[in-house]
Amino acid sequence: MKIHEYQAKEILRQFGVVTPRGFACFSVDEAVAAAEKLGGKVWVVKAQIHAGGRGKGGGVKLARSLDEVRQYAGQILGMMLKTHQTGPEGQKVRRLLIEEGADIKKELYVGMVVDRGTQRVCLMASSEGGMDIEEVAAHTPEKIHKVFVDPGTGLKDEESDDVARKIGIPDGSLAKARVALKGLYNAFDQDDASLAEINPLILTGSGDVIALDAKFNFDDNALFRHPDIFAMRDLDEEDPYEIQASKFDLNYISLDGNIGCLVNGAGLAMATMDITKLYGGSPANFLDVGGSSTAAKVTEAFKIMLSNPKVKAILVNIFGGIMKCDVIAEGIVTAARQVNLTVPLVVRLEGTNVDLGKKILADSGLPIISGSNMADAAAKVVKAALAVTAGKAKAPAKAKAKAAPAKAKKAAAAAKPKAKPKAKPKPKVKAKPAKKAGGKKVKSKATAKAKAKAKPKAAAKKSTARKPVAKKSKAAKKRAVVARKAAARGKRK
Amino acid sequence: MSILIDKNTRVMTQGITGKTGMFHTKTGKEYANGANCYVAGVNPKKPGETYEGIPIFGTVREAKEQTGANVSVIYVPPPFAAAAIDEAVEADLDLVICITEGIPVRDMIRTKYKMIGRRTKLIGPNCPGVITPDEIKIGIMPGHIHKKGPIGVVSRSGTLTYEAVGQLMEQGLGQSSCVGIGGDPVNGMKHVEVMKMFNDDPDTEAVIMVGEIGGSDEEDCARWIKANMRKPVIGFIAGLTAPPGKRMGHAGAIISGGKGTATEKLAVMEECGIKVTRNPAEMGKLLKSVLK
Repeated sequence: MKIHEYQAKEILRQFGVVTPRGFACFSVDEAVAAAEKLGGKVWVVKAQIHAGGRGKGGGVKLARSLDEVRQYAGQILGMMLKTHQTGPEGQKVRRLLIEEGADIKKELYVGMVVDRGTQRVCLMASSEGGMDIEEVAAHTPEKIHKVFVDPGTGLKDEESDDVARKIGIPDGSLAKARVALKGLYNAFDQDDASLAEINPLILTGSGDVIALDAKFNFDDNALFRHPDIFAMRDLDEEDPYEIQASKFDLNYISLDGNIGCLVNGAGLAMATMDITKLYGGSPANFLDVGGSSTAAKVTEAFKIMLSNPKVKAILVNIFGGIMKCDVIAEGIVTAARQVNLTVPLVVRLEGTNVDLGKKILADSGLPIISGSNMADAAAKVVKAALAVTAGKAKAPAKAKAKAAPAKAKKAAAAAKPKAKPKAKPKPKVKAKPAKKAGGKKVKSKATAKAKAKAKPKAAAKKSTARKPVAKKSKAAKKRAVVARKAAARGKRK
Repeated sequence: MSILIDKNTRVMTQGITGKTGMFHTKTGKEYANGANCYVAGVNPKKPGETYEGIPIFGTVREAKEQTGANVSVIYVPPPFAAAAIDEAVEADLDLVICITEGIPVRDMIRTKYKMIGRRTKLIGPNCPGVITPDEIKIGIMPGHIHKKGPIGVVSRSGTLTYEAVGQLMEQGLGQSSCVGIGGDPVNGMKHVEVMKMFNDDPDTEAVIMVGEIGGSDEEDCARWIKANMRKPVIGFIAGLTAPPGKRMGHAGAIISGGKGTATEKLAVMEECGIKVTRNPAEMGKLLKSVLK
């Protein structure tokens, strides 16, 4: 979980780290009042969003009068702040931090992460403050100094002094640096942070050591013991799909593509995204439904994917272990009925009770395209999505794919001419997508029938022999009918 | 032979009375030699009781002394799981397999610190467990998809391991042992330690190594393989399409500071002479192609 800068500074202050005085504000009037309360002649108006790079994006301004505070606060509040971390549309600014100005003599960097190699907390420090630390690491790695903190002792005074000297803190300020560094470690450790940064940590003209900016991320698995930190969560800063998913204990991450993916297990979910890309598609999300999914959870997962207008097709990839394929199949059927499935759905089932699962899908009468393995499923969903996007109802006919991506196109091309003459129900079907406005119900019924006929045969073929071309093309043809209808429905939406 | 566990292993379940612990102890007991292998359970509140005929003890030490159990499997909920590992380590068990997902990283840092200089090995947490097909299954994997054979499998993922096993079976290849090392950033045995054991196991002829984004364990393992491995290894890394800075389900599956990308890992593995595939549907075929 991420928090805002002003919240991070509150935490640092609890651990003795010195920060500039300041107030979080939600309106221009509050901002001016905060500046008045702070006094002085210079204030910093800082946009509060979770993304970094705020200064470069115009979200941090130095105000030299209360009028300027008002002016800048007005400009920044409500703006769509674009930084290298926000994406092209930017992030809306809803909160400000108004701070007193600081007398900066030197800008330094200190940060902490969990180092996986040593399995300890690693303190990183650099004389190159205020810069992107990844840049420093890439170009001048010798300027980054590391301390791997012994969990038994915490950060020791001598370690703190040593690293402070290396980044240019004079001897007279070492004690103050110790307060900052040990405070940072204690905050990191006791509050279960996963990342903490003070960038810049400044040395002032009078030798003080102050955290001018601060960033904290926390270990989600430890939030149960930090209700105070959990209360700092700002839902405005999070992806709405991800928020919705988290309510149902689904692991969901939004991506840019148009193929929704629903998978059990994080590794398999990533692999499913990868293979989708490999076959020329683009995943719309990462979604791990977990090992103990219920029909209700699967339904919610479908709702979330379908609420994303970018999604043109859905790929379900399940390797049933403890989660049985028949249970997930029931879930898919329930979900597809409840949510009024508007895009083609490709399902690949494997593992425990796979035959029963496939039967449930086939008997459901739903226009579900069956994938015999990961590669087949990926090829089919990519074709289906392409068909929907291009508005070409014919495209899914090519969907009978082989394992190798390079072969997929050739195979599809070969399959098409064969499939066509045999496809009796096709003429009717073709006519429908052409008239987009046509009745939904008619189509879905027709689809249901076609599906009910097609499925058992296709399944039987798969289990016996996969090689004969004639059989394949039949199966392909039937799936194509289904896919085309599904595609047509997708287009209407 | 096999690695880590075999039909002579004696197992205790920590957290045997929870729903998950009960379910998987039962399926483990029903698998192959499981009836002889599963000998004890631990729950400090329920000593003297039994589950499926398995006696429950108040502590790990007691369970070990009374039954000779040398391995424990942990299904304790996340807030208490690290302490459960600590208890097993203090009782000097040979191996602890922690299935629990969601243990705070700070807890694992402390547990690993306490394990320094101890004899106990740790697999997991946040892992499917270990199976030596047709002998013993400790964990949550479906036993029936496996069979005994010459291929070792080591992976950070659960279902992706099952996928790899499924593809091996399609090629007619059984497994010596399958080890899920887990998806957490701070964990027990790494790829390289498991790989060393496969290298020394006379019944393992080749190994599938399945990795994912985050950290550099796969790279470390690849370098070791280049210098030491006497058997063919093939690899797959999940997450080529994963965006940076996002945790992909597993706590450890994150590209941070531009490090830990699948591209980087695959490049190092290839440099080290490991055959890799970018297509997760071709792990089985690739493995078959490298067999002598």
